[in-house]
Amino acid sequence: MAEHKHPNYMAIFWYLAVLTAAEIFIVLPQFRPENKLIVGTLLCIFAIWKAALVAMYFMHLKLETRTLALIALTPLTIATLLVFVLLPDGFAVAKKTSDEKKVAAPAAAQH
Amino acid sequence: MSTATAAHGAAVEPAESPLTPESWGKLGMWIFLAGDAVGFGTLLAGYGAMRATSADWPNPGERLGITLTAFMTFLLICSSVTMVKALEWLSRGDKARAKMFLAFTALGGTIFVSMQAYEWTHLIHRGLHINGNPWGAALFGTSFFLVTGFHGLHVTAGVIYLLATIGVVSRRPDPMASYNFVEITGLYWHFVDLVWIMVFTFMYLL
Repeated sequence: MAEHKHPNYMAIFWYLAVLTAAEIFIVLPQFRPENKLIVGTLLCIFAIWKAALVAMYFMHLKLETRTLALIALTPLTIATLLVFVLLPDGFAVAKKTSDEKKVAAPAAAQH
Repeated sequence: MSTATAAHGAAVEPAESPLTPESWGKLGMWIFLAGDAVGFGTLLAGYGAMRATSADWPNPGERLGITLTAFMTFLLICSSVTMVKALEWLSRGDKARAKMFLAFTALGGTIFVSMQAYEWTHLIHRGLHINGNPWGAALFGTSFFLVTGFHGLHVTAGVIYLLATIGVVSRRPDPMASYNFVEITGLYWHFVDLVWIMVFTFMYLL
């Protein structure tokens, strides 16, 4: 109990600061890639990366027993599943919109 | 043999249990945070679903502005560092410095909430309301105020928690007696930082 190992907190701080800067860099209008999927994927990777750094080093998950990590991972799993449950609705709306456009386009061409 | 093993097992059970008196509190906080994370996860997943199914969702980067929030993110990361520094000083037996860093952390949280209040006021003046906005889908404002408000509430609670922790450190003469308490406070505070990392990415940048 007397000896507590502490990770190099300042190194983690700079790590987080650089990742945040990278995130902001990506969304700057002059650098933002055209492809929305690329932006979305990169931002998700950076966010989860940063969250994992905070949990592992600041919240000492790396030094704790595995059970605690499993408890911490549960909400992430549930939230990820929830995204997949809700995703089909998004696809349905996207398809409906594109179908409407397909119908509207020839009609517009005739006028 | 089985009864002998059982009796033996029962006799040594307290010593072999992975849960020490210190880790009970930590486990309790982790379970609370897991539940809280499901709450935030649901809010963010719901936000994603509403945005994906909306035809006229305003561009958050353009409407909300990220300069101020980028600074707020940086501030919260800094306050996480002061939190771990407080714990580090406590483990070295320096109560005064530990309390000072806890106070810095609380100050960081207070500035964060103040900046959020400033941001909200600014956005409300520009027409962003909980039930509508001039730029498109009404749910844009609803989800924005709900998610950032829920997080702001957590920061406010965190500041009160930190001030209470300073009180606990002051009252216990032995610095190590409050180590576990401060570590558990830290878990909550870092969680609030972690959630903001997610909120910042998904509600402002994406």
